[in-house]
Amino acid sequence: MSFIPNTDADRARMLQAIGVSSTRDLFHDVPEAFRFPRLDLPPALSEQEILSELDQLSRQNADCAARPCFLGAGAYNHFIPAVVDFVVSRSEFATAYTPYQPEISQGTLQAIFEYQSMIARLTGMDVSNASHYDGATATAEAVIMALSVFQRQRSRVVLSAGLHPQYRAVVRTYTQGMGLTFAGDDAISRPPEDLASLCDKNTACVVIQNPDFLGRIAPPAVMKAIAAAVHACGALLVVVANPVSLGLLVPPGEAGADVVAGEGQALGNHLSFGGPSLGFFAFRRDQIRRSSGRIAGETRDRDGRTGYVFTLSTREQHIRREKATSNICTNQSLNALAAAAYMTALGPGGLRQVAELCWHKAHYLADRIRKLPGFTVHAGEFFHEFAVSCPRPVAKINEMLFEKHGIVGGYDLGRDYPELKDAVLLCCTETNTKAQIDELVDALGGSRHG
Amino acid sequence: MAEPLIFDISRPGRSGVTPPACDVPPAVIPAELRRSAIPLPEVSEVDMVRHYVRLSQLNYSVDTGLYPLGSCTMKYNPKANEAAARLPGFASLHPLQPPAQTQGALALMHGLQEMIAEIGGFAAVSLQPSAGAHGELAGILIMRRWHHDRGDTARTRILVPDSAHGTNPASTSMAGLEAVEIPSDARGNVDLAKLTACLDERVAGLMLTNPNTLGLFEESLQEVTRLVHQAGGLVYGDGANFNAILGVTKPGALGIDVMHFNLHKTFSTPHGGGGPGGGALGVTAALAEYLPGPVVQAAGSGAERRFSWRVPSRGIGRLKSFHGNFGILVRAYTYIRMLGPDGLRAVAENAVLNANYLQARLSAVYPVPHGDRTCMHEFVAQGKIASAPEIHALDIAKRLIDYGFHPPTNYFPLIVPEALMIEPTETESLETLDRFIDALLAIAREAVSHPELLHDAPHASPVRRLDEVKAARELKVTAG
Repeated sequence: MSFIPNTDADRARMLQAIGVSSTRDLFHDVPEAFRFPRLDLPPALSEQEILSELDQLSRQNADCAARPCFLGAGAYNHFIPAVVDFVVSRSEFATAYTPYQPEISQGTLQAIFEYQSMIARLTGMDVSNASHYDGATATAEAVIMALSVFQRQRSRVVLSAGLHPQYRAVVRTYTQGMGLTFAGDDAISRPPEDLASLCDKNTACVVIQNPDFLGRIAPPAVMKAIAAAVHACGALLVVVANPVSLGLLVPPGEAGADVVAGEGQALGNHLSFGGPSLGFFAFRRDQIRRSSGRIAGETRDRDGRTGYVFTLSTREQHIRREKATSNICTNQSLNALAAAAYMTALGPGGLRQVAELCWHKAHYLADRIRKLPGFTVHAGEFFHEFAVSCPRPVAKINEMLFEKHGIVGGYDLGRDYPELKDAVLLCCTETNTKAQIDELVDALGGSRHG
Repeated sequence: MAEPLIFDISRPGRSGVTPPACDVPPAVIPAELRRSAIPLPEVSEVDMVRHYVRLSQLNYSVDTGLYPLGSCTMKYNPKANEAAARLPGFASLHPLQPPAQTQGALALMHGLQEMIAEIGGFAAVSLQPSAGAHGELAGILIMRRWHHDRGDTARTRILVPDSAHGTNPASTSMAGLEAVEIPSDARGNVDLAKLTACLDERVAGLMLTNPNTLGLFEESLQEVTRLVHQAGGLVYGDGANFNAILGVTKPGALGIDVMHFNLHKTFSTPHGGGGPGGGALGVTAALAEYLPGPVVQAAGSGAERRFSWRVPSRGIGRLKSFHGNFGILVRAYTYIRMLGPDGLRAVAENAVLNANYLQARLSAVYPVPHGDRTCMHEFVAQGKIASAPEIHALDIAKRLIDYGFHPPTNYFPLIVPEALMIEPTETESLETLDRFIDALLAIAREAVSHPELLHDAPHASPVRRLDEVKAARELKVTAG
């Protein structure tokens, strides 16, 4: 396969127009000793051969389409309506570039404008950008935005230990050259309301995930109290949220958040081994000039017709260069389109129903596990994930679940939290049937002796 | 024929997809946790499909026609890539499943790491970066940490040529370092004298796009990398323009220490209207332990071969959650395997041939500041017509839309006034290139005979020129 239409005759005609005798002559600027090296790569395959090989390779994966999955921890196995994949498969969306020529990119620009509107409404915020790479980098960008609110004069950041461990790692990676100090994420036992007490006049922001990594919900009254305490220090409150939970739960925007960031995969994007997905990023209108990423805005054309363009580009790298609010250029536009299509397909009622199904199934599973000797469901209100202390190492239990029952078990919390050794994080979505849940519980019950 | 906003076709009570009934006993959901109704659209599935199909028809795309955006490498995106990424064993795989359940995915990632390392001449590759700029940030953080590990904390400057993409200085700032601009010389190369003058003990390294955004291969590349290394710095390669030299030369052999590869350019994954992309990062052996992790490692051989995660010992840390844009990695892997070594080299040869053909045929009418040189995959012409001084690059770009083409990149690079940066890629036929040339030549004639046709262009697009000042002033960024 080559995907190159030029024939030898075409090449001869073009070379003549250029005035050289061979295509290789066009590379005379490349140092001769390093020109046309041997490439030790596998030989070319036909489409039939490579797709057959990849089909075999993909079957070495125990994917969650073919078996029950109780694994969440930041990536969720939701049902994706066929219409969502239909929309993102349209060539005109999939094979377009960033809409630099708005006159012939209105499809992408209007879809982004609608996505921004839906995210703002879902999170209860004023404004959304067009997307970040994922929930973790959206969180890092939120921290950097908070730093810029204080012109980098504040250098302390408070992170909740209930913030996804990988998000905390990415925040630290992104900001390692910025001379920051971090506090708050040393102990998972610290209740979120204590985080505000770590806030001082040097603190730029407090980052809280709700529901947190263990699935626990901080109710609106608690979130409002935290927001008030954080704001009393002059700092910003960044809330990382699960977008499907917002189909049901009071959104962070109604509880005082200044930035709401999170992982948008659950909205119509395939698990795809963790990417591509999208990071959503919503904020208050008065911070828009400090925000990162692209933003579509409404305007009119010369004939007075409504149209859409990217706006406030003076924040961005291609205009502002070293003074830009972020270096982001390529984002996750097609994944944001999937999110918008998903929210449209379900509508407010459908999204609430999906969230309620997640809630009911997870609570049914928790209720059944509570009756199992040796297992302890951790206390507290939760959405669709919860922690369970187990009588055996989680890795052993998961191995048994997979080998004997073909079940993908939960997340081993001991990997990130030493104090949660032998605790597992279990997740249910609307895709988990009662039969699957019962099978999991029966398997866990049998595992005490197994 | 404006398409209304989805919110404007919403009607209370309509719905698209219906979730299944609940098959477990419902649990209590505390009232104080419940939100009020969300004003999301309420539409039937057919209304939704028509809305998005009509929106899609307002877009220009590679599958519609030539997309000669300079430095964007808008080549055709093979459909086999899409079929591969949609295989359930890839698309429905959870990123946190244990390696025993994901050996196929890990094998693919390991294979891609190895192939990109071989193509680039690097010792190790991380697939974590989601895009070019993400790779740049990782690369600069690697350079910073490498210097720190050697006790060299005074190196706070990154040299960036004035022809660079804006992401280069922006990534430098994000990494906590200072970008210092280096001018280009008369032949479009890095000015060696100015470079030498800047090379002191404050310099952490140089970011170099090669071929650069003028479409020119750096004529003194080995001298540039030698000078930077001699001064104690490292050289970052911006791989945005790698399509020109794919299989033609290995950057790692020419003194580049760390470089990102835009999988959504060179390796044919679709741009998606702005993303997702992939920014795989290659490094020399000296920097292998600094890569963002985890990366995939292999042990054993034949039927005993097993793949697992490994976190590099001095790594800069995790760059995103999970393992990179895996679906994009599947597409890039599929593409490389379909082309093989000779096919990859043919990509660069035909991309460069096509660009030189356009340059040769257009330079008689449109000035090409470096037209005396052989260009690589792209070239920068000027949207200036001698006998029509009122005409600007923007007018020519917009008029191309009326001829059915996407315009080239305009007003970039910043160092060429009225820049029109043209990159045809290897996947365009001679007939398409000739039609594009004919259009640009016709526009040059119109610029003199009917300049208003250019000033008022585009005429044939869904909307005409849009008021960006109004958009920025009124800032309507969500539906009312």
